[in-house]
Amino acid sequence: MEKEVLLEVKDLRTYFYTEDGVVRAVDGVSFTIHKGEVLGLVGESGCGKSVTSLSIMRLVDAPGKIVGGEIIFKGEDLLKKSEEEMRKIRGSEIAMIFQEPMTALNPVYTIGDQIMEAILTHQDVNEEEAKKQTIKLLDLVGIPDPEKRFSEYPHEMSGGMRQRAMIAMAISCNPDLLISDEATTALDVTIQAQILELMKDLQRKIGMAILFITHDLALVAEMTDSVAVTYTGKIVEYSDVRSVFKNPHHPYTYGLLESIPSLLSERTKEPLPAIEGMVPSPYRMPKGCHFNPRCPFATDICRKEMPELKEVEPNHLVRCFHPVNVKEEVS
Amino acid sequence: MSEFKDKKIILEVKNLKKYFPVLGGVFSRPVAWVKAVDDVSFHIYEGETFSLVGESGSGKTTTGKTILKLHEPTSGHILFEGKDISNYSPSEMRPLRRDMQIIFQDPYGSLNPRLPVGEIIREPLAVHKIGTKKEQEERVVEIMKLVGLRPEYLHRYPHEFSGGQRQRIGIARAVVLNPKFIVADEPVSALDASIQAQVLNLLLELQQKLALTYLFIAHNLAVVRHVSDRIGVMYLGKLMEVADTKELFDNPLHPYTQALLSAIPIPDPDVKKERIILQGDIPSPINPPSGCPFRTRCMYAKDICAEKTPPLVDIGDGHYVACHFVKKGGKVEYSKS
Repeated sequence: MEKEVLLEVKDLRTYFYTEDGVVRAVDGVSFTIHKGEVLGLVGESGCGKSVTSLSIMRLVDAPGKIVGGEIIFKGEDLLKKSEEEMRKIRGSEIAMIFQEPMTALNPVYTIGDQIMEAILTHQDVNEEEAKKQTIKLLDLVGIPDPEKRFSEYPHEMSGGMRQRAMIAMAISCNPDLLISDEATTALDVTIQAQILELMKDLQRKIGMAILFITHDLALVAEMTDSVAVTYTGKIVEYSDVRSVFKNPHHPYTYGLLESIPSLLSERTKEPLPAIEGMVPSPYRMPKGCHFNPRCPFATDICRKEMPELKEVEPNHLVRCFHPVNVKEEVS
Repeated sequence: MSEFKDKKIILEVKNLKKYFPVLGGVFSRPVAWVKAVDDVSFHIYEGETFSLVGESGSGKTTTGKTILKLHEPTSGHILFEGKDISNYSPSEMRPLRRDMQIIFQDPYGSLNPRLPVGEIIREPLAVHKIGTKKEQEERVVEIMKLVGLRPEYLHRYPHEFSGGQRQRIGIARAVVLNPKFIVADEPVSALDASIQAQVLNLLLELQQKLALTYLFIAHNLAVVRHVSDRIGVMYLGKLMEVADTKELFDNPLHPYTQALLSAIPIPDPDVKKERIILQGDIPSPINPPSGCPFRTRCMYAKDICAEKTPPLVDIGDGHYVACHFVKKGGKVEYSKS
């Protein structure tokens, strides 16, 4: 049975008009998130993953501008909404959590007041009910002693607790979509494990979809149903999580998976198969496929033309003229 | 361990403590102490990579910097090639700095933005008055080639380089004096995934070519497993467990190590791990728990854990554990409380 589509991003283009030239931070990105699905958006710095999320929230500031595409959320194009309508959607239907919770939390209000305000803004309840809901939420996200924590300020909490408070605020109005932008990157690994467990648990309980943005491939493998790998503002590979990890077709995806040290690898203290070179400057994008200067398989066509994102296997899209085939190499 | 049994110890740390004062009151007197490093002992063999792992506040970076005397130790001993350097003055330390170097995490903050790269790398040679200026310049070119920087970039400034290249500059500066021992403090954690592998490869290559010993400090356990011969696990200023890399990952005995290793995400969607989810936060090092610092989050904690600090003991074959319930031969006697 086909699941109901929640969000469809079509050919999104968000450009930054800087003094040094135009940066195509998001350049023709398309993906679909179904109800209750977790989609991973993975890439290195400068691949446009955060700008994609800000575009969905319509929070791109000058010199950035959404110059094209559609963002269809529950059947309606968010790019055609008024600022007033967007304000109602933000926080209630689409919520967002960040790497640094202090960017989302106001330092001069208590945690409880901030979550209560979110509830009062988006729901038709009185203060008493909102406070009750807030304490329940703090408890739900695993903040011990929620009645006492209600009146604490963000600076009084640890990084992990702040992240929990931010998640409590984000889910306070039962959003259909949660955008998590590197939300666990700054946390210690045991605290990260707690927060990821919490997100999985809430996702199951509330049934919300998650757009999970990260640079960490291991987290993608753990958290997501499908994956879009991005490079220089474009999706280069897009499929379900198993296909991407077990049968990567884009040389970039393949190279990244090979190059990261893994607990499963037997070859320690040996050179890692590293990808050569580095991500090109946004002002000096190479002609043709943006990955061609680093790609061991590049040929003349790769240096001339940008390949299309094409289906190489059912539901497995790849932007490459010479897709690698791991399965063939093995057999 | 066997591989290093007959090897020479290059660095030995005995009961090292580093406390930082928390100042307060009108007279800015110490009102409390942050016990960043609290009675830590270990040794490093010549030519190996010994890693310190741990979460924020575990004291791993402070340990590394105190060993290099970038912090004055509060008490304890640091023996480098048999010499106790813990009480050395800065001028006594200076000749030793040729042998002991550091690579920092932040390749942006650790390079002087006003100096061209060639000068940044040449500076240690000038400070130690090694060779003529021409010889120094030749050495700089040689080192730049060695770390994978194009010598024609000699006159460029740090801001003209990417993060990965800046880390190469930091590494070049650290190895230009031909040191024996390098503290590498989170050398790849600020870098993108595709660049991390390049820098790790460079560090491994340099270790072989220049016979370097590394004290590698990192929080990413997959990276640590890849580069280390032996690993020490720190928690709130104390060493919880020390073992060979393989032994530590195959047979972690301290409950904290077990939780830490189980929390590492694995880049394979088919692997579903049984995860030990720890309760609560890491306590503040200003007021650490009595006894075993991990007891507040440990599922096996008993009364004795609050009363006595478990010593770090060799349970056999160079596997050290600081837990009341881990006995000689690796016999574990803990049970859920």
